[in-house]
Amino acid sequence: MTTTPEPDDFLEIGGTRLQSRLFVGTGKFGDDALIPAVCEASGAQVITMALRRVDLDAGPANLMGHIPAHMVRLPNTSGARTADEAVRIARLARAMGCGHWIKIEVVADSRHLLPDGYATARATETLAREGFVVLPYMNPDLYVARSLADAGAAAVMPLGAPIGTNRGLRTREMIAVLIEDLDLPVIVDAGIGRPSQACEAMEMGAAACLVNTAIATAADPVGMARAFGRAVAAGREAFLSGPGAVRARASASSPLTGFLGQDGGRAPQEVAP
Amino acid sequence: MTLTVNGSTRPLPRPANVAALLRDCGLDPAVVVVERNGTIVPGADYAATPLEPGDTLEILSFVGGG
Repeated sequence: MTTTPEPDDFLEIGGTRLQSRLFVGTGKFGDDALIPAVCEASGAQVITMALRRVDLDAGPANLMGHIPAHMVRLPNTSGARTADEAVRIARLARAMGCGHWIKIEVVADSRHLLPDGYATARATETLAREGFVVLPYMNPDLYVARSLADAGAAAVMPLGAPIGTNRGLRTREMIAVLIEDLDLPVIVDAGIGRPSQACEAMEMGAAACLVNTAIATAADPVGMARAFGRAVAAGREAFLSGPGAVRARASASSPLTGFLGQDGGRAPQEVAP
Repeated sequence: MTLTVNGSTRPLPRPANVAALLRDCGLDPAVVVVERNGTIVPGADYAATPLEPGDTLEILSFVGGG
């Protein structure tokens, strides 16, 4: 299959070796029953979810019943506006018995939905000390990223564009700085709207991509999940293969010698006007 | 007695514990997590955790999210 990665190329997070570098989310699906097919088609091994109050009139959602047993559960702390709230949600999520990975989201601004890096670092420090595998969602800011690394994050998850916008790698240059500077995996999260954008992130050296809206809101979520799986694998292979140099001027791909009817050994392009 | 459950008041006959509350709400204990007065109640302790008038409970479960 075209998405098969190099056997010795894996992403290790929190002691777990992942063959797939695509993480998928479970929000916004028209029908949660699509989730098993999305997981299979994408090849993803990590899946996110959120924790909310049960609607006592409707009863709890059956989300977990749709998640294949082999997937690593990565609950998020969405809804948290402070570090303390994120810590509280993380502890509740762990009490659900679905592992100890946590994606920290601290968002105090409900209009722009941008993460608070300072609060995120405080929550990361607390939760890493408690044994969580902490993956903080962040703005791609070098100093925040270093704070998160110092606080014990297992990876950083910079946004490519504002959450849910499908606008792609708007923060490309800043993500490139994180990839160059950090020893931690850089997982692009939020804003990726097309497989080509996920592929581009992987070509740049991102460790993985998390995709939710672009898959869940596609006309065919299962087909889009497969496309993302292939794009992420292709981008990774391209990165490992060392992309050629970008040049300002044209450089012929074919030899510039031995042309038919050539006179004096000079290529026509080299004849002075 | 009256409890506050997920932000709303709710009557429950005494004596009661967390397991009885979940039964009263029609909830499967395996798919929820419960916080009583700000402290997580481990799933194994639901039947052994008594409820008192005025207790505040949060009952949560996983939903779709990114």
